[in-house]
Amino acid sequence: MIQIDNVVKRFPGGQEALKGLTLNVEKGEMVFVTGHSGAGKSTLLKLIALIERPTSGQVVVDGKNTRRVSRRKVPAYRRQMGMVFQDHKLLYDRSVFDNVALPLIIAGIGYREAGRKVRAALDQVGLLKKERQNPETLSSGEQQRVGIARAIVSRPKLVIADEPTGNLDPALSLEVMRIFRRFNEVGVTLLIASHDIGLIDQLGCRRIALEDGRVQEVADDDDFIAEYGDPIVDPAVDPIIPDEDGGTWR
Amino acid sequence: MKAHSEALAPTRKSSPLGTWASLHISNCKGSLGRIVRQPFASLLTVLVIAVTLALPAAMLLVIKNASSLSRSWDNALDFSVYLNQDVSLTEARRLKDIIEQRADVEVVTLITADEALDQFKADSGFGAALDHLGDNPLPHTLVVRPSSANTEQTVLLLNEELGNLPEADFVQVDTEWVQRFLAILDMLQRAIGIGSLLLGAAIVVIIGNTIRLDIQNRRQEIEVTKLIGASNAFVRRPFLYSGFWYGLGGGLMALGLVGYGLYALEEPAARLAGLYGSTFTVLSLDLRESLTIVGTGVLLGLTGSWLAAARHMRAIEPG
Repeated sequence: MIQIDNVVKRFPGGQEALKGLTLNVEKGEMVFVTGHSGAGKSTLLKLIALIERPTSGQVVVDGKNTRRVSRRKVPAYRRQMGMVFQDHKLLYDRSVFDNVALPLIIAGIGYREAGRKVRAALDQVGLLKKERQNPETLSSGEQQRVGIARAIVSRPKLVIADEPTGNLDPALSLEVMRIFRRFNEVGVTLLIASHDIGLIDQLGCRRIALEDGRVQEVADDDDFIAEYGDPIVDPAVDPIIPDEDGGTWR
Repeated sequence: MKAHSEALAPTRKSSPLGTWASLHISNCKGSLGRIVRQPFASLLTVLVIAVTLALPAAMLLVIKNASSLSRSWDNALDFSVYLNQDVSLTEARRLKDIIEQRADVEVVTLITADEALDQFKADSGFGAALDHLGDNPLPHTLVVRPSSANTEQTVLLLNEELGNLPEADFVQVDTEWVQRFLAILDMLQRAIGIGSLLLGAAIVVIIGNTIRLDIQNRRQEIEVTKLIGASNAFVRRPFLYSGFWYGLGGGLMALGLVGYGLYALEEPAARLAGLYGSTFTVLSLDLRESLTIVGTGVLLGLTGSWLAAARHMRAIEPG
Protein backbone atom coordinates (compact mmCIF):
# COMPACT_ATOMS: atom_id res chain seq x y z
CA MET A 1 0.00 0.00 0.00
CA ILE A 2 2.83 2.41 0.90
CA GLN A 3 6.35 2.26 -0.48
CA ILE A 4 8.86 4.79 0.78
CA ASP A 5 12.07 4.49 -1.16
CA ASN A 6 15.22 6.29 -0.05
CA VAL A 7 13.29 9.46 0.76
CA VAL A 8 15.10 12.58 1.81
CA LYS A 9 13.19 15.59 3.05
CA ARG A 10 15.13 18.76 3.51
CA PHE A 11 13.34 21.89 4.67
CA PRO A 12 14.30 25.42 3.71
CA GLY A 13 17.17 26.33 5.94
CA GLY A 14 18.84 22.99 5.40
CA GLN A 15 17.27 20.95 8.19
CA GLU A 16 16.90 17.32 7.10
CA ALA A 17 13.88 15.61 8.61
CA LEU A 18 14.26 12.38 6.65
CA LYS A 19 17.64 11.06 5.53
CA GLY A 20 17.13 8.29 3.02
CA LEU A 21 14.11 6.64 4.61
CA THR A 22 12.97 3.34 3.12
CA LEU A 23 9.98 1.34 4.31
CA ASN A 24 6.97 -0.59 3.07
CA VAL A 25 3.47 -1.00 4.45
CA GLU A 26 1.45 -3.84 2.97
CA LYS A 27 -2.27 -3.67 2.23
CA GLY A 28 -4.34 -4.49 5.31
CA GLU A 29 -1.48 -3.87 7.73
CA MET A 30 -1.71 -1.81 10.90
CA VAL A 31 1.71 -0.30 11.41
CA PHE A 32 2.98 2.08 14.06
CA VAL A 33 5.75 4.55 13.47
CA THR A 34 7.51 5.55 16.65
CA GLY A 35 10.36 7.80 17.55
CA HIS A 36 11.29 10.84 19.57
CA SER A 37 10.22 14.32 18.65
CA GLY A 38 12.07 15.30 15.50
CA ALA A 39 12.63 11.69 14.45
CA GLY A 40 10.62 12.30 11.28
CA LYS A 41 7.26 10.65 12.09
CA SER A 42 5.08 13.62 11.22
CA THR A 43 7.17 14.46 8.16
CA LEU A 44 6.65 10.92 6.90
CA LEU A 45 2.87 11.25 7.26
CA LYS A 46 2.94 14.67 5.62
CA LEU A 47 4.76 13.20 2.63
CA ILE A 48 2.13 10.47 2.35
CA ALA A 49 -0.70 13.03 2.62
CA LEU A 50 1.11 15.30 0.12
CA ILE A 51 1.24 18.12 2.61
CA GLU A 52 4.95 18.07 1.84
CA ARG A 53 6.89 16.75 -1.15
CA PRO A 54 10.10 14.73 -0.84
CA THR A 55 13.36 16.43 -1.70
CA SER A 56 14.48 13.17 -3.28
CA GLY A 57 13.36 9.57 -3.33
CA GLN A 58 9.94 8.16 -4.03
CA VAL A 59 6.70 7.90 -2.11
CA VAL A 60 4.24 5.49 -3.70
CA VAL A 61 0.77 5.20 -2.20
CA ASP A 62 -1.65 2.61 -3.52
CA GLY A 63 0.35 2.42 -6.73
CA LYS A 64 0.52 6.19 -7.22
CA ASN A 65 3.88 7.89 -7.21
CA THR A 66 3.24 11.14 -5.36
CA ARG A 67 5.71 12.94 -7.61
CA ARG A 68 3.24 12.47 -10.46
CA VAL A 69 0.31 13.90 -8.52
CA SER A 70 -0.04 17.46 -9.76
CA ARG A 71 -1.08 20.31 -7.48
CA ARG A 72 -4.55 20.28 -9.03
CA LYS A 73 -4.98 16.59 -8.31
CA VAL A 74 -3.87 16.75 -4.67
CA PRO A 75 -7.46 17.18 -3.32
CA ALA A 76 -8.65 14.05 -5.17
CA TYR A 77 -5.55 12.19 -3.94
CA ARG A 78 -6.24 13.19 -0.34
CA ARG A 79 -9.88 12.15 -0.62
CA GLN A 80 -8.70 8.56 -1.09
CA MET A 81 -7.32 8.39 2.44
CA GLY A 82 -8.51 9.16 5.92
CA MET A 83 -6.49 11.28 8.32
CA VAL A 84 -6.61 11.50 12.09
CA PHE A 85 -4.77 14.19 14.03
CA GLN A 86 -3.64 14.63 17.60
CA ASP A 87 -5.51 17.93 17.88
CA HIS A 88 -8.59 16.45 16.13
CA LYS A 89 -8.82 19.34 13.65
CA LEU A 90 -12.59 19.55 13.97
CA LEU A 91 -14.69 22.52 12.92
CA TYR A 92 -16.26 23.90 16.06
CA ASP A 93 -18.93 25.97 14.36
CA ARG A 94 -20.55 22.79 13.06
CA SER A 95 -22.23 19.81 14.62
CA VAL A 96 -20.66 16.39 15.04
CA PHE A 97 -22.78 15.20 12.13
CA ASP A 98 -21.58 18.02 9.86
CA ASN A 99 -17.95 17.42 10.76
CA VAL A 100 -18.20 13.77 9.86
CA ALA A 101 -20.20 14.55 6.72
CA LEU A 102 -17.62 17.01 5.40
CA PRO A 103 -15.49 14.53 3.40
CA LEU A 104 -18.66 13.20 1.77
CA ILE A 105 -19.91 16.70 0.95
CA ILE A 106 -16.52 17.51 -0.56
CA ALA A 107 -16.64 14.30 -2.59
CA GLY A 108 -20.11 15.23 -3.86
CA ILE A 109 -21.83 12.20 -2.38
CA GLY A 110 -25.60 12.31 -2.57
CA TYR A 111 -27.27 13.55 0.57
CA ARG A 112 -29.26 10.45 1.28
CA GLU A 113 -26.23 8.23 1.00
CA ALA A 114 -24.09 10.71 2.93
CA GLY A 115 -26.57 10.78 5.80
CA ARG A 116 -26.59 7.01 5.95
CA LYS A 117 -22.79 6.78 5.88
CA VAL A 118 -22.33 9.47 8.53
CA ARG A 119 -24.68 7.67 10.89
CA ALA A 120 -22.95 4.37 10.20
CA ALA A 121 -19.55 5.94 10.97
CA LEU A 122 -20.84 7.60 14.12
CA ASP A 123 -22.37 4.33 15.17
CA GLN A 124 -19.02 2.60 14.74
CA VAL A 125 -17.31 5.06 17.08
CA GLY A 126 -20.26 5.05 19.52
CA LEU A 127 -21.33 8.65 19.00
CA LEU A 128 -24.58 8.25 17.11
CA LYS A 129 -26.57 9.80 19.95
CA LYS A 130 -24.37 12.87 19.90
CA GLU A 131 -24.63 13.69 16.20
CA ARG A 132 -26.38 17.03 16.80
CA GLN A 133 -23.97 18.22 19.46
CA ASN A 134 -21.19 20.67 18.92
CA PRO A 135 -17.76 19.02 19.21
CA GLU A 136 -16.83 21.54 21.90
CA THR A 137 -19.34 19.94 24.24
CA LEU A 138 -17.59 16.56 23.92
CA SER A 139 -14.67 15.18 25.88
CA SER A 140 -11.25 14.98 24.25
CA GLY A 141 -11.69 11.26 23.68
CA GLU A 142 -15.07 11.77 22.08
CA GLN A 143 -13.67 14.53 19.88
CA GLN A 144 -10.96 12.14 18.73
CA ARG A 145 -13.66 9.59 17.92
CA VAL A 146 -15.41 12.23 15.83
CA GLY A 147 -12.10 12.75 14.03
CA ILE A 148 -11.84 9.01 13.43
CA ALA A 149 -15.42 8.83 12.17
CA ARG A 150 -14.61 11.63 9.74
CA ALA A 151 -11.50 9.75 8.59
CA ILE A 152 -13.34 6.51 7.88
CA VAL A 153 -16.72 7.80 6.72
CA SER A 154 -15.77 7.62 3.05
CA ARG A 155 -14.44 4.08 3.51
CA PRO A 156 -10.83 4.81 2.55
CA LYS A 157 -8.38 1.97 1.96
CA LEU A 158 -5.75 3.83 3.95
CA VAL A 159 -5.95 5.77 7.20
CA ILE A 160 -2.97 7.70 8.54
CA ALA A 161 -2.99 9.02 12.06
CA ASP A 162 -0.55 11.42 13.66
CA GLU A 163 -0.35 10.92 17.42
CA PRO A 164 -4.07 10.11 17.67
CA THR A 165 -3.78 9.31 21.38
CA GLY A 166 -1.37 12.10 22.22
CA ASN A 167 -3.89 14.07 24.27
CA LEU A 168 -5.76 11.13 25.73
CA ASP A 169 -5.42 9.27 28.99
CA PRO A 170 -4.43 5.58 28.82
CA ALA A 171 -7.98 4.24 28.99
CA LEU A 172 -9.20 6.51 26.21
CA SER A 173 -6.09 5.73 24.18
CA LEU A 174 -6.90 2.07 24.37
CA GLU A 175 -10.49 2.76 23.33
CA VAL A 176 -9.24 4.64 20.27
CA MET A 177 -6.87 1.80 19.39
CA ARG A 178 -9.72 -0.70 19.64
CA ILE A 179 -11.62 1.36 17.11
CA PHE A 180 -8.59 1.41 14.81
CA ARG A 181 -8.19 -2.32 15.19
CA ARG A 182 -11.81 -2.90 14.15
CA PHE A 183 -11.23 -0.96 10.95
CA ASN A 184 -8.01 -2.87 10.33
CA GLU A 185 -9.94 -6.13 10.67
CA VAL A 186 -12.15 -5.18 7.75
CA GLY A 187 -9.14 -4.51 5.52
CA VAL A 188 -8.28 -0.86 6.14
CA THR A 189 -4.54 -0.19 6.12
CA LEU A 190 -3.46 1.98 9.04
CA LEU A 191 -0.23 3.87 9.54
CA ILE A 192 -0.14 5.45 12.96
CA ALA A 193 2.57 7.74 14.29
CA SER A 194 2.84 7.52 18.03
CA HIS A 195 5.37 7.82 20.78
CA ASP A 196 3.26 5.77 23.18
CA ILE A 197 5.51 2.69 23.21
CA GLY A 198 3.69 1.24 26.22
CA LEU A 199 0.41 1.19 24.38
CA ILE A 200 1.88 0.00 21.08
CA ASP A 201 3.62 -2.88 22.78
CA GLN A 202 0.21 -4.30 23.70
CA LEU A 203 -1.08 -4.45 20.16
CA GLY A 204 0.99 -7.01 18.33
CA CYS A 205 1.42 -4.76 15.36
CA ARG A 206 4.51 -4.02 13.38
CA ARG A 207 6.35 -1.07 14.78
CA ILE A 208 8.84 0.99 12.80
CA ALA A 209 11.10 3.04 15.00
CA LEU A 210 12.55 6.16 13.45
CA GLU A 211 15.55 7.99 14.71
CA ASP A 212 17.11 11.01 13.15
CA GLY A 213 15.21 10.58 9.91
CA ARG A 214 16.06 6.90 9.38
CA VAL A 215 14.55 3.56 10.32
CA GLN A 216 16.17 2.42 13.55
CA GLU A 217 14.39 -0.90 14.03
CA VAL A 218 11.34 -2.87 12.98
CA ALA A 219 9.69 -4.77 15.82
CA ASP A 220 6.81 -7.19 16.06
CA ASP A 221 5.15 -7.85 19.36
CA ASP A 222 3.60 -11.23 18.66
CA ASP A 223 5.44 -12.72 21.61
CA PHE A 224 3.83 -10.22 23.92
CA ILE A 225 0.36 -10.99 22.55
CA ALA A 226 1.00 -14.70 22.83
CA GLU A 227 1.89 -14.30 26.47
CA TYR A 228 -0.67 -11.79 27.66
CA GLY A 229 -3.47 -11.77 25.06
CA ASP A 230 -4.54 -8.80 22.99
CA PRO A 231 -6.30 -6.08 24.97
CA ILE A 232 -7.33 -4.38 21.77
CA VAL A 233 -9.34 -7.16 20.18
CA ASP A 234 -10.36 -8.68 23.50
CA PRO A 235 -11.79 -6.07 25.87
CA ALA A 236 -11.83 -8.70 28.62
CA VAL A 237 -8.06 -8.42 28.82
CA ASP A 238 -7.14 -5.57 31.11
CA PRO A 239 -5.08 -2.90 29.49
CA ILE A 240 -1.52 -2.66 30.61
CA ILE A 241 -0.84 0.88 31.47
CA PRO A 242 2.66 2.20 31.98
CA ASP A 243 3.29 3.55 35.43
CA GLU A 244 5.26 6.64 36.17
CA ASP A 245 8.51 4.77 36.44
CA GLY A 246 8.20 3.35 32.98
CA GLY A 247 7.19 -0.12 34.18
CA THR A 248 3.78 -1.61 33.66
CA TRP A 249 0.94 -2.63 35.91
CA ARG A 250 -2.33 -4.39 35.34
CA MET B 1 -23.37 24.43 10.05
CA LYS B 2 -27.05 24.01 10.55
CA ALA B 3 -27.76 24.18 6.84
CA HIS B 4 -25.53 21.20 6.27
CA SER B 5 -27.40 19.19 8.84
CA GLU B 6 -30.68 19.98 7.23
CA ALA B 7 -29.34 19.35 3.76
CA LEU B 8 -28.11 15.96 4.78
CA ALA B 9 -31.40 14.77 6.12
CA PRO B 10 -31.96 11.30 4.69
CA THR B 11 -35.29 12.18 3.14
CA ARG B 12 -33.66 14.51 0.59
CA LYS B 13 -33.22 13.29 -2.97
CA SER B 14 -29.66 12.61 -3.97
CA SER B 15 -29.35 13.08 -7.73
CA PRO B 16 -26.02 14.68 -8.79
CA LEU B 17 -27.82 17.84 -9.87
CA GLY B 18 -29.79 17.92 -6.64
CA THR B 19 -26.60 17.43 -4.63
CA TRP B 20 -24.88 20.21 -6.54
CA ALA B 21 -27.84 22.57 -6.16
CA SER B 22 -28.26 21.80 -2.48
CA LEU B 23 -24.57 22.44 -1.90
CA HIS B 24 -24.89 25.83 -3.58
CA ILE B 25 -28.02 26.66 -1.62
CA SER B 26 -26.23 25.63 1.55
CA ASN B 27 -23.19 27.83 0.69
CA CYS B 28 -25.48 30.69 -0.28
CA LYS B 29 -27.46 30.53 2.96
CA GLY B 30 -24.33 29.94 5.03
CA SER B 31 -22.62 33.04 3.60
CA LEU B 32 -25.69 35.18 4.21
CA GLY B 33 -25.87 33.81 7.74
CA ARG B 34 -22.25 34.79 8.41
CA ILE B 35 -22.89 38.31 7.14
CA VAL B 36 -26.03 38.66 9.24
CA ARG B 37 -24.24 37.38 12.34
CA GLN B 38 -21.87 40.38 12.10
CA PRO B 39 -24.47 43.10 11.58
CA PHE B 40 -22.36 46.16 12.35
CA ALA B 41 -19.30 45.26 10.30
CA SER B 42 -21.45 43.97 7.44
CA LEU B 43 -23.64 47.07 7.45
CA LEU B 44 -20.58 49.31 7.25
CA THR B 45 -19.22 47.36 4.29
CA VAL B 46 -22.58 47.41 2.50
CA LEU B 47 -22.99 51.12 3.25
CA VAL B 48 -19.58 51.97 1.78
CA ILE B 49 -20.42 49.98 -1.35
CA ALA B 50 -23.83 51.65 -1.53
CA VAL B 51 -22.40 55.16 -1.29
CA THR B 52 -19.75 54.30 -3.88
CA LEU B 53 -22.42 53.00 -6.25
CA ALA B 54 -24.86 55.81 -5.47
CA LEU B 55 -22.38 58.58 -6.37
CA PRO B 56 -22.11 57.84 -10.12
CA ALA B 57 -25.77 56.81 -10.21
CA ALA B 58 -26.78 60.18 -8.79
CA MET B 59 -24.50 62.02 -11.19
CA LEU B 60 -25.93 60.11 -14.13
CA LEU B 61 -29.39 61.08 -12.93
CA VAL B 62 -28.34 64.72 -12.93
CA ILE B 63 -27.18 64.31 -16.54
CA LYS B 64 -30.37 62.49 -17.43
CA ASN B 65 -32.50 65.30 -15.99
CA ALA B 66 -30.37 67.99 -17.61
CA SER B 67 -30.67 66.22 -20.96
CA SER B 68 -34.40 66.01 -20.49
CA LEU B 69 -34.49 69.72 -19.74
CA SER B 70 -32.42 70.51 -22.82
CA ARG B 71 -34.86 68.60 -25.01
CA SER B 72 -37.40 71.36 -24.40
CA TRP B 73 -34.86 73.73 -25.95
CA ASP B 74 -34.93 71.95 -29.28
CA ASN B 75 -36.43 75.00 -30.95
CA ALA B 76 -33.33 76.92 -29.95
CA LEU B 77 -31.56 74.89 -32.61
CA ASP B 78 -33.97 76.11 -35.27
CA PHE B 79 -32.95 78.64 -37.94
CA SER B 80 -35.21 81.61 -38.44
CA VAL B 81 -34.93 82.60 -42.10
CA TYR B 82 -36.37 86.10 -42.47
CA LEU B 83 -37.39 86.60 -46.10
CA ASN B 84 -37.14 89.82 -48.03
CA GLN B 85 -40.13 92.12 -47.75
CA ASP B 86 -40.90 91.68 -51.43
CA VAL B 87 -41.23 87.91 -51.23
CA SER B 88 -44.88 87.02 -51.62
CA LEU B 89 -46.73 84.47 -49.57
CA THR B 90 -46.90 82.13 -52.58
CA GLU B 91 -43.17 82.36 -53.10
CA ALA B 92 -42.61 81.82 -49.41
CA ARG B 93 -44.73 78.65 -49.50
CA ARG B 94 -42.83 77.39 -52.58
CA LEU B 95 -39.53 78.09 -50.86
CA LYS B 96 -40.75 76.23 -47.77
CA ASP B 97 -41.52 73.15 -49.88
CA ILE B 98 -38.10 73.30 -51.57
CA ILE B 99 -36.17 73.60 -48.31
CA GLU B 100 -38.23 70.86 -46.69
CA GLN B 101 -37.07 68.40 -49.36
CA ARG B 102 -33.47 68.69 -48.19
CA ALA B 103 -32.10 65.64 -46.41
CA ASP B 104 -30.51 67.77 -43.72
CA VAL B 105 -33.79 69.43 -42.81
CA GLU B 106 -36.39 67.86 -40.59
CA VAL B 107 -39.24 70.33 -40.89
CA VAL B 108 -39.90 73.85 -42.07
CA THR B 109 -42.61 76.02 -40.59
CA LEU B 110 -43.87 79.11 -42.36
CA ILE B 111 -44.82 82.04 -40.18
CA THR B 112 -46.56 84.53 -42.38
CA ALA B 113 -46.08 88.23 -41.83
CA ASP B 114 -49.66 88.54 -40.55
CA GLU B 115 -49.22 85.69 -38.10
CA ALA B 116 -45.97 87.22 -36.90
CA LEU B 117 -47.62 90.56 -36.33
CA ASP B 118 -50.52 89.00 -34.45
CA GLN B 119 -48.13 87.10 -32.25
CA PHE B 120 -46.05 90.19 -31.65
CA LYS B 121 -49.13 92.17 -30.70
CA ALA B 122 -50.17 89.49 -28.25
CA ASP B 123 -46.70 88.99 -26.74
CA SER B 124 -45.45 92.58 -26.66
CA GLY B 125 -48.47 94.25 -25.09
CA PHE B 126 -48.26 96.98 -27.72
CA GLY B 127 -51.36 95.77 -29.50
CA ALA B 128 -53.12 99.14 -29.62
CA ALA B 129 -50.03 101.03 -30.81
CA LEU B 130 -49.34 98.48 -33.52
CA ASP B 131 -52.89 98.91 -34.82
CA HIS B 132 -51.85 102.36 -36.00
CA LEU B 133 -49.20 100.97 -38.34
CA GLY B 134 -50.21 101.35 -41.96
CA ASP B 135 -48.29 98.39 -43.37
CA ASN B 136 -47.08 95.26 -41.71
CA PRO B 137 -43.33 95.79 -41.33
CA LEU B 138 -42.65 92.13 -40.61
CA PRO B 139 -41.52 89.71 -43.34
CA HIS B 140 -42.61 86.14 -43.86
CA THR B 141 -40.38 83.85 -41.90
CA LEU B 142 -39.34 80.24 -42.39
CA VAL B 143 -38.44 78.35 -39.24
CA VAL B 144 -36.09 75.56 -40.34
CA ARG B 145 -35.34 72.67 -37.99
CA PRO B 146 -32.25 70.69 -39.01
CA SER B 147 -32.54 66.93 -38.91
CA SER B 148 -31.03 65.19 -35.91
CA ALA B 149 -28.48 63.40 -38.13
CA ASN B 150 -26.63 66.68 -38.70
CA THR B 151 -23.18 67.27 -37.35
CA GLU B 152 -21.94 70.60 -36.19
CA GLN B 153 -20.29 71.13 -39.59
CA THR B 154 -23.35 70.24 -41.69
CA VAL B 155 -25.47 72.55 -39.53
CA LEU B 156 -23.02 75.37 -40.25
CA LEU B 157 -23.16 74.51 -43.96
CA LEU B 158 -26.97 74.58 -43.89
CA ASN B 159 -26.84 77.93 -42.15
CA GLU B 160 -24.58 79.27 -44.87
CA GLU B 161 -26.70 77.91 -47.71
CA LEU B 162 -29.93 79.30 -46.25
CA GLY B 163 -28.25 82.69 -45.89
CA ASN B 164 -27.21 82.59 -49.56
CA LEU B 165 -30.79 82.16 -50.80
CA PRO B 166 -31.79 85.23 -52.87
CA GLU B 167 -35.16 85.37 -51.05
CA ALA B 168 -33.48 85.42 -47.65
CA ASP B 169 -32.87 88.72 -45.90
CA PHE B 170 -30.99 87.24 -43.03
CA VAL B 171 -30.78 84.03 -41.00
CA GLN B 172 -30.92 84.10 -37.24
CA VAL B 173 -29.42 81.22 -35.41
CA ASP B 174 -28.82 81.03 -31.68
CA THR B 175 -27.55 77.54 -31.06
CA GLU B 176 -24.17 78.24 -29.57
CA TRP B 177 -25.17 78.30 -25.95
CA VAL B 178 -27.24 75.12 -26.35
CA GLN B 179 -24.32 73.45 -28.04
CA ARG B 180 -22.05 74.53 -25.23
CA PHE B 181 -24.52 73.20 -22.70
CA LEU B 182 -24.75 69.87 -24.53
CA ALA B 183 -20.98 69.75 -24.79
CA ILE B 184 -20.71 70.29 -21.04
CA LEU B 185 -23.21 67.47 -20.45
CA ASP B 186 -21.24 65.23 -22.78
CA MET B 187 -18.02 66.03 -20.98
CA LEU B 188 -19.66 65.44 -17.61
CA GLN B 189 -21.01 62.12 -18.83
CA ARG B 190 -17.53 61.02 -19.86
CA ALA B 191 -16.07 62.25 -16.59
CA ILE B 192 -18.70 60.27 -14.71
CA GLY B 193 -17.85 57.24 -16.83
CA ILE B 194 -14.18 57.51 -15.85
CA GLY B 195 -15.13 58.23 -12.23
CA SER B 196 -17.43 55.21 -12.26
CA LEU B 197 -14.57 52.99 -13.35
CA LEU B 198 -12.44 54.26 -10.48
CA LEU B 199 -15.29 53.85 -8.01
CA GLY B 200 -15.93 50.37 -9.39
CA ALA B 201 -12.29 49.54 -8.75
CA ALA B 202 -12.72 50.92 -5.23
CA ILE B 203 -15.67 48.56 -4.66
CA VAL B 204 -13.60 45.62 -5.88
CA VAL B 205 -10.87 46.61 -3.41
CA ILE B 206 -13.36 47.10 -0.54
CA ILE B 207 -15.03 43.75 -1.08
CA GLY B 208 -11.70 42.07 -1.78
CA ASN B 209 -10.33 43.36 1.51
CA THR B 210 -13.44 42.25 3.41
CA ILE B 211 -13.17 38.78 1.90
CA ARG B 212 -9.44 38.72 2.64
CA LEU B 213 -10.15 39.36 6.33
CA ASP B 214 -12.86 36.71 6.27
CA ILE B 215 -10.41 34.24 4.74
CA GLN B 216 -7.82 35.06 7.41
CA ASN B 217 -10.41 34.58 10.16
CA ARG B 218 -11.36 31.20 8.74
CA ARG B 219 -7.84 30.12 7.97
CA GLN B 220 -7.98 27.09 10.24
CA GLU B 221 -11.27 25.93 8.75
CA ILE B 222 -9.82 26.28 5.25
CA GLU B 223 -6.73 24.30 6.22
CA VAL B 224 -8.81 21.48 7.70
CA THR B 225 -11.13 21.39 4.72
CA LYS B 226 -8.21 21.26 2.29
CA LEU B 227 -6.54 18.62 4.42
CA ILE B 228 -9.46 16.27 3.95
CA GLY B 229 -9.55 16.77 0.22
CA ALA B 230 -11.41 19.97 -0.60
CA SER B 231 -10.42 21.65 -3.84
CA ASN B 232 -9.78 25.39 -4.09
CA ALA B 233 -13.10 25.74 -5.91
CA PHE B 234 -14.95 24.09 -3.04
CA VAL B 235 -13.28 26.28 -0.43
CA ARG B 236 -13.69 29.41 -2.55
CA ARG B 237 -17.43 29.03 -3.15
CA PRO B 238 -18.74 30.40 0.19
CA PHE B 239 -16.53 33.47 -0.19
CA LEU B 240 -17.89 34.11 -3.68
CA TYR B 241 -21.38 34.01 -2.21
CA SER B 242 -20.26 36.51 0.45
CA GLY B 243 -19.09 38.83 -2.33
CA PHE B 244 -22.41 38.31 -4.09
CA TRP B 245 -24.36 39.28 -0.96
CA TYR B 246 -22.21 42.34 -0.27
CA GLY B 247 -22.64 43.49 -3.87
CA LEU B 248 -26.37 42.83 -3.87
CA GLY B 249 -26.83 44.59 -0.52
CA GLY B 250 -24.72 47.53 -1.68
CA GLY B 251 -26.66 47.79 -4.95
CA LEU B 252 -30.03 47.72 -3.25
CA MET B 253 -28.94 50.23 -0.63
CA ALA B 254 -27.57 52.49 -3.40
CA LEU B 255 -31.01 52.41 -5.02
CA GLY B 256 -32.50 53.38 -1.67
CA LEU B 257 -30.07 56.28 -1.25
CA VAL B 258 -30.69 57.59 -4.77
CA GLY B 259 -34.43 57.13 -4.32
CA TYR B 260 -34.37 59.07 -1.08
CA GLY B 261 -32.32 61.83 -2.72
CA LEU B 262 -34.84 62.10 -5.55
CA TYR B 263 -37.72 62.18 -3.08
CA ALA B 264 -36.02 65.00 -1.20
CA LEU B 265 -35.41 67.00 -4.41
CA GLU B 266 -38.76 66.40 -6.08
CA GLU B 267 -40.77 69.09 -4.34
CA PRO B 268 -38.14 71.91 -4.47
CA ALA B 269 -37.43 71.13 -8.14
CA ALA B 270 -41.12 71.25 -9.00
CA ARG B 271 -41.46 74.57 -7.13
CA LEU B 272 -38.46 76.03 -8.99
CA ALA B 273 -39.78 74.82 -12.35
CA GLY B 274 -43.16 76.34 -11.51
CA LEU B 275 -41.51 79.71 -10.91
CA TYR B 276 -40.17 79.56 -14.48
CA GLY B 277 -43.55 78.45 -15.81
CA SER B 278 -42.15 75.03 -16.65
CA THR B 279 -43.76 71.65 -16.14
CA PHE B 280 -40.38 70.01 -15.64
CA THR B 281 -40.38 67.13 -13.17
CA VAL B 282 -37.37 65.28 -11.80
CA LEU B 283 -36.82 61.99 -13.64
CA SER B 284 -36.06 58.94 -11.50
CA LEU B 285 -34.25 55.71 -12.36
CA ASP B 286 -36.16 53.40 -14.66
CA LEU B 287 -36.23 49.63 -14.24
CA ARG B 288 -33.29 49.03 -16.58
CA GLU B 289 -31.13 51.59 -14.79
CA SER B 290 -32.10 50.19 -11.39
CA LEU B 291 -31.23 46.68 -12.49
CA THR B 292 -27.94 47.95 -13.91
CA ILE B 293 -26.96 49.46 -10.54
CA VAL B 294 -27.85 46.29 -8.63
CA GLY B 295 -26.24 44.11 -11.30
CA THR B 296 -23.09 46.22 -11.22
CA GLY B 297 -22.95 45.83 -7.44
CA VAL B 298 -23.29 42.05 -7.74
CA LEU B 299 -20.72 41.85 -10.52
CA LEU B 300 -18.20 43.95 -8.62
CA GLY B 301 -18.89 41.93 -5.47
CA LEU B 302 -18.20 38.68 -7.28
CA THR B 303 -15.10 40.14 -8.92
CA GLY B 304 -13.69 41.42 -5.62
CA SER B 305 -14.35 38.16 -3.81
CA TRP B 306 -12.99 36.08 -6.69
CA LEU B 307 -9.75 38.06 -6.81
CA ALA B 308 -9.30 37.93 -3.04
CA ALA B 309 -10.17 34.25 -2.82
CA ALA B 310 -7.96 33.29 -5.75
CA ARG B 311 -5.04 35.26 -4.34
CA HIS B 312 -5.26 34.32 -0.67
CA MET B 313 -6.77 30.84 -0.88
CA ARG B 314 -3.79 29.43 -2.75
CA ALA B 315 -1.50 30.65 0.00
CA ILE B 316 -3.37 28.68 2.65
CA GLU B 317 -2.21 25.10 2.62
CA PRO B 318 -2.27 22.64 5.49
CA GLY B 319 1.12 22.41 7.11
